[in-house]
Amino acid sequence: MNVSAAAHPGFLSPTGVEITFVLIGLATLGAALLTVTTRQLVHAALWLVVALGGLAVEYLLLTAEFIAWVQVLIYVGSVVVLLLFGLMLTKAPIGRSPDADSENRLVALGVGVAAAAALVWVVVDAFRTTWINLHGVAQGSSRATGESLFRHWVLPFEALSVLLLAALVGAIVLSRRDTGSPGSAAPSPAGATPAATPAADAPAAGKEHS
Amino acid sequence: MNDTLDVVLRLVAVLVVFLVLPLLVGQTEHKVMAHMQGRLGPMYAGGFHGWAQLVADGVKFAQKEDIVPADADRRVFQLAPAVALLPYLLVLIVIPVGPDGFVGQTVDAGLIFVLAVMGVGVLGSLMAGWASANKFSLLGGLRTAAQLMAYELPMLLTAASVAMAAGTLSLPGIVDGYHWWWTPWQLVGGVVFFTAGLAELQRPPFDMPVADSEIIFGAYTEYTGLRFALFLLAEYAGIVVLCALTTVLFLGGWHGPWSGSAGWVWTLVKTALLAFVVIWLRVSYPRLREDQLQKLAWTVLIPLSLAQIALTGVVKVVIS
Repeated sequence: MNVSAAAHPGFLSPTGVEITFVLIGLATLGAALLTVTTRQLVHAALWLVVALGGLAVEYLLLTAEFIAWVQVLIYVGSVVVLLLFGLMLTKAPIGRSPDADSENRLVALGVGVAAAAALVWVVVDAFRTTWINLHGVAQGSSRATGESLFRHWVLPFEALSVLLLAALVGAIVLSRRDTGSPGSAAPSPAGATPAATPAADAPAAGKEHS
Repeated sequence: MNDTLDVVLRLVAVLVVFLVLPLLVGQTEHKVMAHMQGRLGPMYAGGFHGWAQLVADGVKFAQKEDIVPADADRRVFQLAPAVALLPYLLVLIVIPVGPDGFVGQTVDAGLIFVLAVMGVGVLGSLMAGWASANKFSLLGGLRTAAQLMAYELPMLLTAASVAMAAGTLSLPGIVDGYHWWWTPWQLVGGVVFFTAGLAELQRPPFDMPVADSEIIFGAYTEYTGLRFALFLLAEYAGIVVLCALTTVLFLGGWHGPWSGSAGWVWTLVKTALLAFVVIWLRVSYPRLREDQLQKLAWTVLIPLSLAQIALTGVVKVVIS
């Protein structure tokens, strides 16, 4: 299996890894479809967990171990938790949420298909001739990822971090309310609810972080 | 064939550890709390000093009726305990116990793996909090989410500091590179990591999400029987995982006298000492209020961990 895979890469002699890759891909696609079609808000967030986890497994199968764990850490561990936090703040009901339907299904479908087509085209065009040797040295180890990131892709990396910094500063500016004299600009009473406290404290810490 | 056998044996060993150590921590907690409060603790089950109390508790939980509230989201409600518990089992696989491959499975980016999977466990609490159809559960879930978001960042930053010091993300690699002066060098980071981990486990004094005097038992209010027991087990498994991780990252894991032959004993002893500290904190500290909780994370722990990273970077550049 090792020799044939290395000498003659192709779709016609699928190995176990390739079959697993396709199966996981189908499961991920199914979870993603459920995410956007389910009528229960929190279920959508939970299906998103499955879809993102499936993506992490795909990265793992492509030997990009570091990226896979970071995917779980950032998306499942933080982004979805943030989503769920937001949903819980709105007291997301159990069962269907008919009032959460914006009736833009067709537009959303169009945008989704266009975005997917663009991404698939770009990825296929860029990596058509790239083959990963699954049996050799892992090409996605943290050392390899780090070296390529900080040797060849430093500029995009830094540009991205500046973008994130700008977003952070923007979030602080938008969420600040005490720009005027104290007492005049506060719409909510002084004894804020506990649920409001983390939101009010987060920007202050974000400032330190930046 | 031998490889398969090797893998199976390792996984079975991890499973046994996963089933035994949390119970040991639980029994220790009974006894340590009792003695710190000037009482005996459970004394009858099993005869000698109530050693079988947790087994008896388990039997009791197994006998109870498994109730799902009528308005609850059944499937999410029933799935939540498994989501809360299983990540800790996965984490135990990659924690190195002794030198020369005494570990369930070496993972290249083990540090990231551990932190990522531990974050998933919190999803179980959130699912439980939402699916219970109970306002106290929902409040508990909200507080859990807020707490996770606040404490995940300092934990990651201090772990990154250790990775910088060791120059690797692999957990056995980090312990291999350990020197005794790492502990004072990373001391601030270690304290921050341990504190943030406690908060992520919702152990006292960070147990606002399950504060029994105001929101009953937070996200777990509606659970009974085995599913409730699974949540409790997840908490104790979390203590084991957190203490073992702190040992590996900051206290040098298996390093100590005679570490060649008895390295695993050192890991266990250090983990047990930290677990004792966890129990000690539960008995001796009052619960932090929700705003104090958030304030501690954002205004104390995160600046401290950033300072630790700066210190690590400076020292690393100076010595290299």
